[in-house]
Amino acid sequence: MRNTFAEALYKAATANPDIYIVVADISPAGSMAKFSTQYPERFINVGVAEQSMIGICAGLALKGCQPFAYTIATFTLYRPFEMVRDDLCYQNLPVTVVGMGAGVIYSTLGGTHHTQEDIAIAGALPNMQIIAPCDPAECTEATLHCAAQKQGPVYLRIGKAGEPNYTDRAVDPWVFGKLRYIKRGRDVCILSYGVIMKTAMQLAQKFEASGKSVSVVSCHTLKPLDVAGIREALASHAHVVVIEEHAPQGGLAPRTKQIAWESQARCRLDTFTLQDAFIHNYGSHDDLLAAHGLGLGAISAGVGLT
Amino acid sequence: MNDMALRNSFDARAARARCLRFRRRILDISQQVGALHIGSAYSCTEIVDCIYYGLMRRFPTAKSPDTFVMSKGHGCMIQYVILEEMGVLSRRDLDLYCKAEGRLGCHPDYGNPGIEASTGSLGHGLSISVGMALAERGRKTGGVIYTVLSDGEVQEGSTWEAVMMASSLGCANLVAFVDNNDFQSLGRTSETHPSFYPLKEKFEAFGWETAEVDGHDAAAVFHAVTGRRGDKPFMLVGKTTKGKGISYMENVPIWHYRSPSKPEYEQAVIELERAAP
Repeated sequence: MRNTFAEALYKAATANPDIYIVVADISPAGSMAKFSTQYPERFINVGVAEQSMIGICAGLALKGCQPFAYTIATFTLYRPFEMVRDDLCYQNLPVTVVGMGAGVIYSTLGGTHHTQEDIAIAGALPNMQIIAPCDPAECTEATLHCAAQKQGPVYLRIGKAGEPNYTDRAVDPWVFGKLRYIKRGRDVCILSYGVIMKTAMQLAQKFEASGKSVSVVSCHTLKPLDVAGIREALASHAHVVVIEEHAPQGGLAPRTKQIAWESQARCRLDTFTLQDAFIHNYGSHDDLLAAHGLGLGAISAGVGLT
Repeated sequence: MNDMALRNSFDARAARARCLRFRRRILDISQQVGALHIGSAYSCTEIVDCIYYGLMRRFPTAKSPDTFVMSKGHGCMIQYVILEEMGVLSRRDLDLYCKAEGRLGCHPDYGNPGIEASTGSLGHGLSISVGMALAERGRKTGGVIYTVLSDGEVQEGSTWEAVMMASSLGCANLVAFVDNNDFQSLGRTSETHPSFYPLKEKFEAFGWETAEVDGHDAAAVFHAVTGRRGDKPFMLVGKTTKGKGISYMENVPIWHYRSPSKPEYEQAVIELERAAP
């Protein structure tokens, strides 16, 4: 996903001389080298100085530029949090804060590199928008959207590398602020976002093997959330499942429950999230998800599949 | 106007008269509210006056190509009264300072006329200014960014991130000032944090061009800035006195925030009138 981000940003920067990227000693591999060679004055590496990364982006945006801040998600959002809040959100500037490798993708690096609460934290900020694409193709769409939008700050939560595409034959196009049906069925609806869409797709296959007709939805825009779309999904399926790589508080799962309550939804609703815990497990990404209870086996059991 | 004409254009007598007028206006506004960071505004009065009336290029019809960022946002009363004098803010704006019907608060708020960045939390303004300087350079506008920092906010780690970046990126169009009054809320900085000094040398070590002058001598500030080489970011450390101009406020930390009582106000008026040339 980070490579497609870099490709998309290079393309946007070629068309728009106001696009800058400010990185903190981390650079998207692949084509970001092309960006820094081609547009060295618009590729700024602040070093290990994330507060300055956000402040510089704010200054660029106050002068009409369209900057992106880029590093590992914990360091893009948590370390310079007050700069994100005051410089970007309070002043409502069109800066994209890219959180790379969010969730527990950096599994072996430990809790200092895990981003389990970012949707809740970014979502609590007035003016902040949140986008979390589920695959490289959506990442391209989201990046091009961020490069063109003037609404205000965006937290763009992306994965790392090597994710497959799930949306090549999606039912819906990618539209900011709208749920996107990757496939549309009648019985079960799986709502998810980000790289854990892999698990959502696997669960859909298991449901289908048991004879169910399944919808899979990319909830790529977490703020503003497509409340009407969630309401419709809850109303039109007998069973709705939320899978998210995020803490139980402040993410898609509690929002969906809230909407279900407010709309008096009658469907079965199961939600699966990271635990509210730091888990000291140093295995693979899948190992860490399983330790949090987000393995395919645990989720299958939780929804009544064996 | 060429550089030499600009350099000769700063009238120190007029600056002194303006600064007395600004101090009086701030003093009058202090009687409308319970608190307004009066000592902090008096500390940087001459520096901010010099930026607006001497350094920033002004054209009758167009917006200045230069930018002022009040990084020490709590000192913004001096910025407000100057913007009022320039007609950017109205008298009504100032009269409604910190009132429900007004739009001006204790810290600069982006979106209000003449305010280029929201500040108030310390340690933000210098990085914002670096970003602005890069944008002006990228567009080849020739715009210069003038930024006033408090000495207290130079203790923020984020300020040093920006100090490193400004020189590493060669932001020669960035001119910053430290309002070095040696006071912060809990006392005299040279006593509470002696290793804070020497200050100028720290910026020099990070690759800035620097100067140190009496921060209440607007002409000295003006000549130090206009006489810079200009191939690096420039830091002027201005030696100042917190609460400058009113005897009982000078170097007394409580005047960081509080407003004078009626008798205190009357004494301050007498002192300002006596200081008039």
